[in-house]
Amino acid sequence: MFRTILHHRASSCEDCAKLCCTKIDDFTVRIGRLTIFEHVHLHVHCGQLTALIGPNGAGKSTLLKAILGEVPHAGTLHYVDAKGKHTGHPVIGYVPQYLRFDVSAPTSVEDLFMACLSRRPVWLFPAGKLRARIRRGLARVRAEHLIDRRLGALSGGELQRVLLALALDPMPDLLLLDEPVSGVDQNGLELFYEIVAELREKEDMAIILISHDLNMVAKHADQVVLLNKRVICSGTPAEVFADRRTKHIFGVLAGETADEAAAEIPRAAAARREEGDA
Amino acid sequence: MTEIAGLLPQLFPFEWAAHHFMQNAFLAILLVTPLFGLLSTMVVASRMAFFSDSLGHGAFTGIAIGVLLGAVSPLVSLVIFSVVFAVFITYVKNKSTASTDTIIGVFSSTAIALGLMLMSYGGGFNKFSTYLIGDILSVTPEDLSALAVIFLLVFAAWGVLFNRLLVLSVNASFARSRGIRAFWVESAFAALLAVVVSISIQWVGILIINALLVLPAAAARNVAQDVKQYHLISVCTALFSGIVGLLLAYYCNMAAGATIVVVAAGVFFVTLFFGRRR
Repeated sequence: MFRTILHHRASSCEDCAKLCCTKIDDFTVRIGRLTIFEHVHLHVHCGQLTALIGPNGAGKSTLLKAILGEVPHAGTLHYVDAKGKHTGHPVIGYVPQYLRFDVSAPTSVEDLFMACLSRRPVWLFPAGKLRARIRRGLARVRAEHLIDRRLGALSGGELQRVLLALALDPMPDLLLLDEPVSGVDQNGLELFYEIVAELREKEDMAIILISHDLNMVAKHADQVVLLNKRVICSGTPAEVFADRRTKHIFGVLAGETADEAAAEIPRAAAARREEGDA
Repeated sequence: MTEIAGLLPQLFPFEWAAHHFMQNAFLAILLVTPLFGLLSTMVVASRMAFFSDSLGHGAFTGIAIGVLLGAVSPLVSLVIFSVVFAVFITYVKNKSTASTDTIIGVFSSTAIALGLMLMSYGGGFNKFSTYLIGDILSVTPEDLSALAVIFLLVFAAWGVLFNRLLVLSVNASFARSRGIRAFWVESAFAALLAVVVSISIQWVGILIINALLVLPAAAARNVAQDVKQYHLISVCTALFSGIVGLLLAYYCNMAAGATIVVVAAGVFFVTLFFGRRR
């Protein structure tokens, strides 16, 4: 019933032994003569959050679109589930950048869920049993009260939470977040990251996040990848933010942010330990 | 269809219902306007008003080719040409990096110029003038049977297509993550539009056909809160404008197509006024 992406053919992936993981192998995207990025290797484990950072035009969004299969690319994507079986294709969830809706758009949150989850035409059939499922999905992102709201009447943060809830039904193996909270106010932004952190803890899914917010990245990411037409450096947040290439690319000003972000790391780790103790 | 037409004088004991041409025109309105109501919901939601306008312009070439070839009726040639034209625009739009507006503008003006050039061949331009204004009173009983078939086909296609179009109208990458292939869905919608536009052009006229694809949904958007209301109000607006416009045109001896559009525009402004209050 649920049509998921059937585009990538998973094949053997030995070094993923017994751990559910997604391996992006030698991805290259060219549009005409222009190379968007080349030879990108990424290894994403389930239960981990990988942050993609890089300047504008580095090819971050295009990389996500290549993973989705929307943009033609060279290279392969392997996916292996927790039992070491090649399940074929990961179920991919995607949350786009903050979309500006026409304020008069007459589509309710329930309508959009129905259109995604059911084949029955939304304009003809009532939601029926689906409504309970939609409520459950929205409750997961603390947006249950928005079910009958129009998309155009949602605030930025609310809309992104609704789109996140949609990306989580059916529960994906791989969750792609493309600058999901750019242009969203501070409260909405913190709530969004809180929910993503929860997901990483509770659900066994791999998350790839594009973000310009280095502080948030330092706080929540397990792995950081600096992309600029190719992978410049990757590793733990501490490693990447300490790298002089990161400071070079983000400039002096952002270099300070990176320092601040690096300072955030021990604090975040301590907070996590406390949570674990409690 | 002839039997149903025969019932009309008993249902409506007015002077107009006694004429065969009015019976046919009335039934044609009942069959065609709901289709415009349905399709217009997505023309407006996906910002395709300019695209649907270009379909009307493409009709110039379609008709001219049909008349020049002589072997096939102008209508057959028009339907085939319009479908090919619509799918081709969709294809180029997806392949090219130029903006959608530019692509449609290029195709639209090329089609109109090519059509005028071919029509003026041999100097017999006048025989095409009926297509510019259209004549709803020229509907024949055979037309009505064909219309009934198209009515059912479009409703069925709308049932299959709508959910996907709705998801696509939110964001292309998001749609892709739900397994929706943008090109096929867009092409199917474009082809459906092309069929309905090219069939109705002989009755409504090239000059104003696009108004019927924009006004019903534009009016519905002013007041609708969700997809079901949007469809209901859009279809009712189209139907109401069709019937009122036809009768007004009959009693005041005016062009029916234009009168229908003026009534629809009236409905739009009324909803605009009342919609403000929400």
